[in-house]
Amino acid sequence: MIKVENITKHFGEDEILKGISTTFERGKTNLIIGRSGSGKTVMLKCLVGLFLPNSGEIFFEDKALGEMNNEEQRILREETGMLFQGGALFDSMNIEDNVMFPLRMFSDKSRPELLARVNEVLKRVDLENVNKKFPSEISGGMKKRVSIARAIVNKPKYLFCDEPNSGLDPKTATLIDNLIQDITKENNITTVVVTHDMNSVMEIGEKIVFLKNGKLVWQGTKQEIFKTNNEDVTDFVYSSDLFKKIRNIQIEEN
Amino acid sequence: MKYLRDIGSYFLMLKKVFSSPTKRSVMRELIFKEIDDLIIRSLGIVAFISFFIGGVIAIQTALNLDNPLIPKTLIGFATRQSMILEFAPTFMSIILAGRAGSFITSTIGSMRVTEQIDALEVIGVNSLNYLVFPKIIAMLFFPFIIVISMFLGMLGGYLAGVYGGFSTSADFIAGLQNTFYPFHLVYAFFKTFLFAFLLATVPSWHGFYMKGGSLEVGKASTKAFVWTSILIILTNYIVTQLLLSQ
Repeated sequence: MIKVENITKHFGEDEILKGISTTFERGKTNLIIGRSGSGKTVMLKCLVGLFLPNSGEIFFEDKALGEMNNEEQRILREETGMLFQGGALFDSMNIEDNVMFPLRMFSDKSRPELLARVNEVLKRVDLENVNKKFPSEISGGMKKRVSIARAIVNKPKYLFCDEPNSGLDPKTATLIDNLIQDITKENNITTVVVTHDMNSVMEIGEKIVFLKNGKLVWQGTKQEIFKTNNEDVTDFVYSSDLFKKIRNIQIEEN
Repeated sequence: MKYLRDIGSYFLMLKKVFSSPTKRSVMRELIFKEIDDLIIRSLGIVAFISFFIGGVIAIQTALNLDNPLIPKTLIGFATRQSMILEFAPTFMSIILAGRAGSFITSTIGSMRVTEQIDALEVIGVNSLNYLVFPKIIAMLFFPFIIVISMFLGMLGGYLAGVYGGFSTSADFIAGLQNTFYPFHLVYAFFKTFLFAFLLATVPSWHGFYMKGGSLEVGKASTKAFVWTSILIILTNYIVTQLLLSQ
């Protein structure tokens, strides 16, 4: 479980996060949603330690991130996997080496042993026979799957995903969403996904945190998000024609 | 104010480069890769330019010797001195600021734009040590390039001087051997090491701290070349003043 207590983050005069408090539960896919510029990615980067919050605290299983010593931080890094928006695969390495990279950093096992684990996770994300290809030689959807494989290769306790299905066709996007949810359940990990895609909310949103202008304005489940009267949330949810039509049908049926 | 902040940021970067080292087995591979990218792949352009510039120095010197009292050995002497003191260490470094420096900035800058540096940090790697340290070690081999440049420059001068009819072989070789001070080599290699450090770190700083997209990567590469060249010229002046002036 990850607990966030009253974190703020500003860059110069711009206050991006304004005192956010919430919890992200273990074994669930937790979603941070909101419009572009609402502070979702900054919050995610605070969670993974890429940005330091200006105030507030983040707890990983009751241990404050700001109070961890170097060894505790190293262990936390080993327990953390992240899927970046563009994949962030290392261009100079082939797929096999990309996925093996976190293992090599934390393990002294021999290459054949590491390779066995790499092949296992590549198989888990339905990618086989791509080991020797380079990131530039595979499709966007495959890059995302390789990135998931790299994120889970160390059997993390925490998985963070930044817009995992941006730039993908709807079918591949659903596939990636389901893969993230399945991995979360299989390994009982705490997964935090940043998205503005309502399809993802429908597919995998077990706990949803809604941000607007750096503030947390609503949190709940995917069932609750369609029933809430919070104007900001309804504005966001029903901004697409499809969801407007669904709502109108529901109203007519009621 | 911005320049002061940038200078501070450069030195803070250097501090981080030498802290939290990357795993030795990974670092070894990175160093070999950087030696290939920065040193071995620069040999062609260095050899080509050095050979022909050596030839041009010999011809220019010969064409300006219209006083019969000045010995023809001066052609070999001038070629050697130009190559050892300035052309090989200083101008090769500026040429490499264009080749290797731009390569370093664009590689690291692209990694920044595509979040590969963030990915390294999330995995728990000290990205500055991982990216910059192997480049500094690889550039320790830079003096080998300079030796090759010196040799090929003098060879080019010899061939242009002798086969162009400007000097005899004996005169040219006598000129090469005339009043040779080994300290000049010490001076040349001392400044080569300083330039190598600048060549590895200044473009790295420009790539690592760039902001924006692919367009900014190009701009950062250009800035890296300009600033590396300026720093090489300034360092060259200071080192020359300190080591060679009486």
